[in-house]
Amino acid sequence: MLTDLTLAEASAGLAARRFSAAELTEAHLAAIAALNPRLNAYITLAADSARAEAADADAARARGEAGPLAGIPLAIKDLFCTAGLRTTAASRILGNFIPPYESTVTANLRRAGAVFLGKANLDEFAMGSSNMTSAFGPVENPWKPRGDAAAKLVPGGSSGGSAAAVAARLALGATGTDTGGSIRQPASFCGIAGIKPTYGRCSRWGIVAFASSLDQAGPFARTVQDCAMLLGAMAGHDPKDSTSADRPVPDFAAACSRSLRGMRIGIPREYRAPGMSGEIEALWQRGLDWLRAAGAEPVEVSLPHTKYGLATYYIVAPAECSSNLARYDGVRFGLREDGADLTELYERTRAAGFGDEVRRRILIGTYVLSAGYYDAYYLKAQKVRALIHRDFTEAFAKVDALLTPTAPSAAFAQGANMDDPVQMYLNDVFTVPASMAGVPAMSVPAGLDSDGLPLGLQVIGRPFDEETVFAVAAAIEREAGFDAQPAIRAGVAP
Amino acid sequence: MSLDPATVRRIARLARIHLDEAEVPRLQDELNAILGWIEQLNELDVADIAPLTGPAQMALKMREDRVTDGGLREAVLANAPDRAGDFFAVPKVVE
Amino acid sequence: MSYVIEGGTGAWEVVIGLEVHAQVVSQAKLFSGAATAFGAEPNTQVSFVDAAFPGMLPVINRECVAQAVRTGLGLGAHINLVSRFDRKNYFYADLPPGYQISQYQHPIVGAGVIEIELADGSTKSIGVTRLHLEQDAGKSLHDQHPTKSYIDLNRAGVALMEIVSEPDLRSPEEAGAYLRKLRTILRYLGTCDGNMEEGSMRADVNVSVRKHGEPFRTRCEVKNVNSVRFVMQAIEVEAKRQVEIWEAGGAVDQETRLFDAARGITRSMRSKEEAHDYRYFPDPDLLPLVLDEAWIAELKAALPELPDAKRRRFMQQYGLPFYDSAVLVAEQATADYYETVARGRDAKLAANWVMGDLFAALNRTGRTIETSPVPAAALGALLDLMADNTINGRIAKEVFEAMVDTGEAPGAIVERKGLRQVTDTGAIDAAVAAVLAANPEKLAEYRSGKEKLFGFFVGQVMKAMAGKGNPALVNDALKRQLG
Ligand SMILES: [Mg+2]
Ligand SMILES: [Zn+2]
Repeated sequence: MLTDLTLAEASAGLAARRFSAAELTEAHLAAIAALNPRLNAYITLAADSARAEAADADAARARGEAGPLAGIPLAIKDLFCTAGLRTTAASRILGNFIPPYESTVTANLRRAGAVFLGKANLDEFAMGSSNMTSAFGPVENPWKPRGDAAAKLVPGGSSGGSAAAVAARLALGATGTDTGGSIRQPASFCGIAGIKPTYGRCSRWGIVAFASSLDQAGPFARTVQDCAMLLGAMAGHDPKDSTSADRPVPDFAAACSRSLRGMRIGIPREYRAPGMSGEIEALWQRGLDWLRAAGAEPVEVSLPHTKYGLATYYIVAPAECSSNLARYDGVRFGLREDGADLTELYERTRAAGFGDEVRRRILIGTYVLSAGYYDAYYLKAQKVRALIHRDFTEAFAKVDALLTPTAPSAAFAQGANMDDPVQMYLNDVFTVPASMAGVPAMSVPAGLDSDGLPLGLQVIGRPFDEETVFAVAAAIEREAGFDAQPAIRAGVAP
Repeated sequence: MSLDPATVRRIARLARIHLDEAEVPRLQDELNAILGWIEQLNELDVADIAPLTGPAQMALKMREDRVTDGGLREAVLANAPDRAGDFFAVPKVVE
Repeated sequence: MSYVIEGGTGAWEVVIGLEVHAQVVSQAKLFSGAATAFGAEPNTQVSFVDAAFPGMLPVINRECVAQAVRTGLGLGAHINLVSRFDRKNYFYADLPPGYQISQYQHPIVGAGVIEIELADGSTKSIGVTRLHLEQDAGKSLHDQHPTKSYIDLNRAGVALMEIVSEPDLRSPEEAGAYLRKLRTILRYLGTCDGNMEEGSMRADVNVSVRKHGEPFRTRCEVKNVNSVRFVMQAIEVEAKRQVEIWEAGGAVDQETRLFDAARGITRSMRSKEEAHDYRYFPDPDLLPLVLDEAWIAELKAALPELPDAKRRRFMQQYGLPFYDSAVLVAEQATADYYETVARGRDAKLAANWVMGDLFAALNRTGRTIETSPVPAAALGALLDLMADNTINGRIAKEVFEAMVDTGEAPGAIVERKGLRQVTDTGAIDAAVAAVLAANPEKLAEYRSGKEKLFGFFVGQVMKAMAGKGNPALVNDALKRQLG
């Protein structure tokens, strides 16, 4: 089936004219038509434009002008503004917002020839770890626990729709954004690969902002190599983003076959948190064995401020979001609820437009920045952030990359953790520190838990050294030989 | 530090989010649970640490002073919930 | 001489500090590529960045930074090599992102000083606390619809320099002198056009009153006053209001007020009533602004001669008094005009002509120095005609008026109208003799000791000669014939 191909295989097939981009796109549109009503991975489908883009890709190939991703069908997280195509951030407040502009990352992908199948579901404004906060309804994880086909699990979040779409073969790859783990945790929950590159590697221009100092775009795909191909097209300096790094984009795909011989891989002892499940611990150990087998040397390192990462994150991210989301006020775009005066208009619009989690974070963020509390919360968090950053700098003086679990558990049931925000936040305990430090980190599928649900391992690298991250992740992928497939996928729906 | 109902109302007002009175106790509990959990940062002495605003470690780049944008009135106004001629419209503001 | 308000309980001193928002001269906005020109059709100079659309990001304009540095250098202020942009968070209809990007904790320019000149010829140094860069908001129109306000975002995102003074000013006159001097400096530097009618310069006026020697009392901020005259009036009425409150045993509330020029009062600003909690924090979309010392040196080397330096040079080089120099340097164009006239000529005479006849003519014709009907070279040529005795001073005035009216060169006017002065002593002697013969009583009075009548005879002779007599020769002839 065309939908079962990896991105690299599909690309080779298109190049060899074994099938056309039109056929590849139709296969995915058919799979979406069959499964999306159930999975809800896409908020908005773009079937017509996808067909047109596929035809363009075929024509470009016929002219000998095919880009590196010509004809590759992708899901685009509905946080990336796409010109003329509704962009909602999974929020009521953006209503039927049709951006008159294209985000830099999606423009880069279009230039490479990619076909956009539609806009993928997510937690509202990318705030969540379960995709349960979407105003467009939850996404169902295509994986089922062994022997329980009726169970509905979350795909993780916030890029849950992207991850579910790729896992269920409703796209060959997808874009995501990661603020505290929003690519890596759903990749782990859905048994696929996903990388959050170094902060500054991909432009943030045209991506609906959540927390500006943390947000970073990255790809999902079913293989490490596929992620490398996608990131190569997404990344690059953008003069429209002041925090975009002016550095050349390396050949990430080539890095996937680099040898690990002589490489030192750090095992941060603080990630062995009390209460870590035996399965996760065992998986982590297996990961070490694989890397040793690939020629790398495991080294225990210390990231002493790991345990403070989450609390720091839940000050910094809400603070930035409280300000970033002030623009949703019912005046220039999006939802408006009328009010007797301007203040009432604002208050009613924002109360009606934002869901519970977004409101909670805006209120927390407003509070930690408010007069009298700034020093105790926000300034303090920035100082702890400096310590977390220093931890990584010191560790990377000794090792080339770090290996940790991606998440403390496999996918959980829809509805779980919903009444306890802090419990939900703990999902990101292993992913948040790399976000705070801005370093690249990737989740690669490594095995199944006792329920048959996928688990990922996280590889963390030095700033702008995604190449090493890809090399290590690819080695794990090879050694793990992970070939399990979700219960629900194109052509298969129990 | 713990939020009282008045503070919940005050920050909701600052954030321009309408709260029904009935929502205040629940939000108060949720916010206090989060803030209480955040208190763990008090274990750390950070008096001498320089704060880190973001991970991008470079100086601000500057663009040249050229007009490269604007002239987009229709596109700028196209999504407006209330458009009056060439303006955005809001309920009258008294200064 | 100091300004006081006499109250029932004694004299009150006024304490004033000014926050001036000066619009930076630049083609494009501070953080977007939209244009800044005044008077465009509504919402045409708006980028998606200015309208705060989702995903839009700010990128700073180098020229705006350069203008702030130039201004800082012009105020003799410290330039901070590292500064930072913060967000000032508040909701307002013409503030699309819900925050203003400003510089709160780390401004680009630190302390400086402005020397002001007062009417009595004294000078006073006024401290400048800081200068920072920030964005302007859009414009709300409240008078277009009975129940709605209309929003035009053309101005949203235009670069402003906020220049904050120390509370060193003690009278409306000092505040006016400070504003005028600041405007002069900005215009010399070319960093702000100083056009208060178009809103390129607005002042927030902080006013408090106190008894002499007391610490500061509560101040009020009168927002967005847009002319020098209104600033002076606002201070006067606001200070009086505060004195009345204190004298009545009340207390002044710290608040933001508006100056209502039509009614000549200040009133509380309803939209600012709510407690301010701006939740400033570093803008995570921007990185620290780090300036290169070599670039600053380059900007410094290219600065023009500034008004104070020029005034000192005028006093020294042209021997002008303080007052004349200060008037002539108030506008760069006036100073340039003057120097063209004065170069190689009688500098004091040149100053008199520029400040006297020229200014009067500009006033009368509604022209500016840049559009003067008499170019500087032409006025110089007129002075030359006096210097080489072609015409006398009285005729020069007549020639000048003709120059204003016709734009003709002074030499041509003199020839056409036959205004060359008469130096033929025979003709002068004859004219003198005729005047004396025609005024026998006056002559008798003069001879009996009423010497003041000499002036009368000079006037009569000049009149008889149609003003063209050489004044020195006329005097000589009169003295001789009067004996
Ligand atoms: Mg002010
Ligand atoms: Zn200001």
